[in-house]
Amino acid sequence: MKTKWLLTAALLPLLPICAMAAESVKIGLITTLSGPEAVMGNPMRDSANLALSMLGGKIGGLPAEIIFGDDQQKPDLGRQQAEKMLKKDKVDFITGMLGSNVLLAVYQQVVSSHTILISANSGPHQLAAGMCSPYFFAMASQNDEAPEAMGYYLTERHVDDVYVMAPNYAAGHDMISGFKRSYKGKIAGEVYTTFGQLDYQAELSQIRDAKPKAVFVFYPGGMGIQFVKQYAESGLKNEIPLYSAYTVDSSTLQAVREAALGNYEASFWGADLDIPRSKEYVAAFSKEYGYTPPNYGAVSFDAIFAIDSAVKAVHGDLSNRQGMIDALEQASFPSVRGQFAFNANHFPIENFYLFQVQKTEDGKEFLKEQETIFTAHKDAYAPECHMKKE
Amino acid sequence: MLLLLIQAFNGLQFGVMLFLMAAGLTLVFGIMNVVNLAHGSLYMIGAYVCAETYDATGSFALAIPSGLAAALATGVVIEIGIFRVLYARDHLDQVLATFGLTLFFNDLVRVIWGSTAVYATVPRFLAGQVHIITGAPYPAYRLAVIVVGFAVAALLYLVISHTRFGMVVRAGASNRVMAGALGANIVVLYTVVFALGAILAGLAGLMAGPIFTVASGMGDSILILAFVVIVIGGIGSIRGAFIASLGVGLIDTMGRAYLRPLFGLFLPPTAADNTGPAVASLLIYVVMAAVLFFRPRGLFPPRMR
Repeated sequence: MKTKWLLTAALLPLLPICAMAAESVKIGLITTLSGPEAVMGNPMRDSANLALSMLGGKIGGLPAEIIFGDDQQKPDLGRQQAEKMLKKDKVDFITGMLGSNVLLAVYQQVVSSHTILISANSGPHQLAAGMCSPYFFAMASQNDEAPEAMGYYLTERHVDDVYVMAPNYAAGHDMISGFKRSYKGKIAGEVYTTFGQLDYQAELSQIRDAKPKAVFVFYPGGMGIQFVKQYAESGLKNEIPLYSAYTVDSSTLQAVREAALGNYEASFWGADLDIPRSKEYVAAFSKEYGYTPPNYGAVSFDAIFAIDSAVKAVHGDLSNRQGMIDALEQASFPSVRGQFAFNANHFPIENFYLFQVQKTEDGKEFLKEQETIFTAHKDAYAPECHMKKE
Repeated sequence: MLLLLIQAFNGLQFGVMLFLMAAGLTLVFGIMNVVNLAHGSLYMIGAYVCAETYDATGSFALAIPSGLAAALATGVVIEIGIFRVLYARDHLDQVLATFGLTLFFNDLVRVIWGSTAVYATVPRFLAGQVHIITGAPYPAYRLAVIVVGFAVAALLYLVISHTRFGMVVRAGASNRVMAGALGANIVVLYTVVFALGAILAGLAGLMAGPIFTVASGMGDSILILAFVVIVIGGIGSIRGAFIASLGVGLIDTMGRAYLRPLFGLFLPPTAADNTGPAVASLLIYVVMAAVLFFRPRGLFPPRMR
């Protein structure tokens, strides 16, 4: 009897907390906030904060909070952050997910807890195909797609001798296989470097020796800054044009500057796009943080508005997961990409554009939109996804 | 053939940077018998202060001395404040204390300069290429690193082998008790040697800034390589450190450049893509294990009496 009393007394203080949980929305955002890859993670954090403040600090009308976790680009740390967010913070949504390696590490844990996971950047092919889940949405793109657009563009332009390079990890292999899917010419060389490598002198010497007509790379964040700078320092930039995906963006451009001038980048979004919602976002972000946001920020911004639309649809009843999933599938939120829809595998249907690094009149480097390569593009893996509705 | 030569240059460039780190480490370890895990922090501080000064003032002539001075000042402060207590303690205490120092400094730079990496830029006059061999332009900055590295190695050789100070240092490395008994001021010697090591680490750091990235913890990875170098070269030997660093630099670069194509000859492409870089990053440890097996005291251990 006495123990029963004690137990009740001990559990009593917990009750109000449980009751309160339904009256606020908690979003966990896991990304890289320190080290060389933080150039991509910081705008993700800043854009999420911007989105929340534009929503008046409320998600779907409920007071909301974003809890940030730094994965330091390490899968094990990402897992720890996800576990803490699920068990201790009891978050309602998890977003962020800069690196495919981190996303793949936290994926099972999050979706099996029936928490909605929205990747605001990476889209590894496994999750678009057999491993797809109703609880998972990819906000940015499937990894293969931007390289696929670049491969298509180069083939159209009769560039038929391309040297390809990427870091040796999940997304690196996705990117190169995407490139090869649409590129019909000869591969002059295919090199995978250690993930996180920052000095590329040895590899650049190999490129010079191979004398390809073009070089295509995927080097995100800090790796890309180093690669593009060293590409210019080695003198290769004046001889062989450099094409890339997720390598040159408005955040890495701040560090790379002139070294990237003239380089080409394929992406689903750039600050230069003439889309009203995008212009609104870029203006608000630049005013608040003093620089032009990259695609990582733009998608993170979209992700918060997507969550807002989902919570609105269920009138704040966060236990109605199916209702929120149905709402997300509609993609009724205003996207920085203008036209935006989800495919059956919860990956986007969107346009891909070609950008070139040019200088503005006042001497600042920026990504200038050149042309639309793909319109309403779907990833190649969608038919392999058979989503089990619950 | 030309490519092989260029890759050898790349290896040398990495090697001399390792040498600058290893030289200080081997002296401190050899003479004072202290395991100094905080050596990487001095490298990081040199890199940060140089990059930040260059960014703020735009003057490389100002950035270099300030980077070196910061590394030197930090070195002297931790030698007097912390290492003097550690000399009498055993290696485990030293490892714990100096590991603590690296954690402290890694966090300190985050507090001062933020956790986002700093992307140091190559000074404008070294941004171009030099045609050392016709038809093979080589980045001027990399060439400058090689030249500075060799110049410092030559200077160290002169100081260590041909000056009175160098004689005391060598005596200290061979038998520190006897050197003290013969009248060498060991306390001052320790501080001077430590300061010398700190400057070399700072120099390596500030040159590494544009090649790698200036970030918290940047010294940790190169410190491991520097330990590999001094173990291969023989602890306490500058000559050993020099030869071993060039060797490690060459092996690492050649491994990165040629292992993947080599594996491609007998493995399917996907397997070669995965094993090539993996084995390349292991290569120097294999060499270290082999050296330890055949010559446990390294290739050029200082003579002990």
